[in-house]
Amino acid sequence: MLTIEQVSKVFYPGTVNEKTAIEYLNLTVKDGDFITVVGSNGSGKSTLFNLIAGTYPVTGGSIVLNDKDVTNTPEFRRAFTIGRIFQDPTKGTAAKMSIEDNMVTALHKGMKGLKISLNAKVREEFKKELSQLHMGLEDRLKDNVGLLSGGQRQALTLLMTVLSRPQMLLLDEHTAALDPRNAQIVMDLTTKFINQYKLTSLMVTHNMQHAIDFGNRLIMMDEGKIILDLTAEEKQSLTVPKLVQKFKSIKNKEYASDEDLLVT
Amino acid sequence: MLEGIFVDGLIFSIMVIGVLISYRILDFADLTCDGSFATGAAVATMAIVQGLGLATALLLALVSGAVAGVVTATIHNRLKVPGLLAGILTMTMLYSINIRILGGRANVPLLRTTTLYTKFPQIFSMLSTSWALLAGTLIIVMVVKFIIDIFFRTDLGIAIGALGSNEQMIISMGMDPKLLKVIGMALSNGLIALSGGLLAQYQGFADANLGQGMVVQGLAAIMIGEFLFDSNKISLITLRVVFGAIIYKALMFLGRYYGYYINLTPSDLKLLTGILVIVSLIVAQTRSAASSADARKKALRRNKARREAEQKEANHAND
Repeated sequence: MLTIEQVSKVFYPGTVNEKTAIEYLNLTVKDGDFITVVGSNGSGKSTLFNLIAGTYPVTGGSIVLNDKDVTNTPEFRRAFTIGRIFQDPTKGTAAKMSIEDNMVTALHKGMKGLKISLNAKVREEFKKELSQLHMGLEDRLKDNVGLLSGGQRQALTLLMTVLSRPQMLLLDEHTAALDPRNAQIVMDLTTKFINQYKLTSLMVTHNMQHAIDFGNRLIMMDEGKIILDLTAEEKQSLTVPKLVQKFKSIKNKEYASDEDLLVT
Repeated sequence: MLEGIFVDGLIFSIMVIGVLISYRILDFADLTCDGSFATGAAVATMAIVQGLGLATALLLALVSGAVAGVVTATIHNRLKVPGLLAGILTMTMLYSINIRILGGRANVPLLRTTTLYTKFPQIFSMLSTSWALLAGTLIIVMVVKFIIDIFFRTDLGIAIGALGSNEQMIISMGMDPKLLKVIGMALSNGLIALSGGLLAQYQGFADANLGQGMVVQGLAAIMIGEFLFDSNKISLITLRVVFGAIIYKALMFLGRYYGYYINLTPSDLKLLTGILVIVSLIVAQTRSAASSADARKKALRRNKARREAEQKEANHAND
């Protein structure tokens, strides 16, 4: 599905601010994988996602998506395969437009034509889709998205993303900005959709328990490299203290405080 | 006289719909408008003088404006300069081009030629001349408004609206934001030039300086319209733009004809327009602050009521 070979990313090369965010990173994602990604702040998790999605060009290396080299493909073309959800709930929806207008743009990927898709039948479908969020949004099709709460917006973003039928989902701490109750709802929906649509997924999380509970593979990043890669079997016996212990032994250094790692 | 204000306002409203598309819908602060408005007037005038026919003249005006919009959007997309600078560049270049279009002159009159505004009294012969002009203009504006309303209900139109609100979302849905900007800017400046083409026929001449200050006037009209009512429906948004444009022209008319009582000269009208925009912004800001303060107060009151209810229940339970 996705093969990343020897990818590097250097920000501001040749200046005093030069920073290597990703260094000769290799990663192969198989169809149907659900990989959780952990690592402290600045370890390169979000940069990795930006490189996969195509937000930034790579400094070196190649990215192959579905057997096609997409290293130089613009972000909007890769979006046909990749659905991405950000930490910021406002990034996935247009606040100044109604829920139904937002959903129309997500009906299918790619350039839109002069067709008026929004009719009574499509509205009924939207209501049906929205009702599985259990947030009462099915009665608010004409309300502007700006009126929704963060949790509602993130749930809507998730729904719109799966409606547009990507093959792969990049979840960039998508529940981190929500309160615990909404975070739980969005997380439940995420796993439901991933199973329902058989989506290959990568999920960055700061929640160690989530990283262990979800998915069939866990990778830990540090200083732009993957320092730990665990399979589903290895994950089964894993606990949060064990994971922290592994991190410490690999890094061979004491972390100033475990809180850096353990934001739950 | 009163009909004149309406004709003026209605012609102006087509331009304001153009500004609405760039400024409000696309969120693109576009100054091309000052140039493309005069381009539309120049192209329509020269086409009529050359005898190409009225329909062709207006179509050419529309296309010339659309090209100007495409140029601005392309400068912005390719060279990654802010929209504001791209617009200023196109506007400045258009000044020279407009004089070229006008055959090296800054002003070309439309004398003894058939224009839409000499035709309207013939078409609507049952009406007096000034009412006939109003009827003809009203029909054109209604048609334009109708087409724009339909366009922004299509998938493409909705996508352009979404682009102005959240560019990342458009990218995530597999659309090229650059292409959408080009389409939106072409539409916006096409309408602006069409409005210029109509105005040239109404006032009977095209002038290279016709577009000066159009952006600010357009913004003033949009903001006046936004005071009237609040809506997220495109048909109501364009409707309030038309109202705003007419009210703006009426205000300017009052300033021109009764301003001398307070020593106002026509050259002060730009100052007035600017102040109008600033006042609109202040009022809008105070309004939104007041409504959020109101919402806060309501939330506190709700919380208090809930606490009291819980307290009461607890007391009951204790009894």
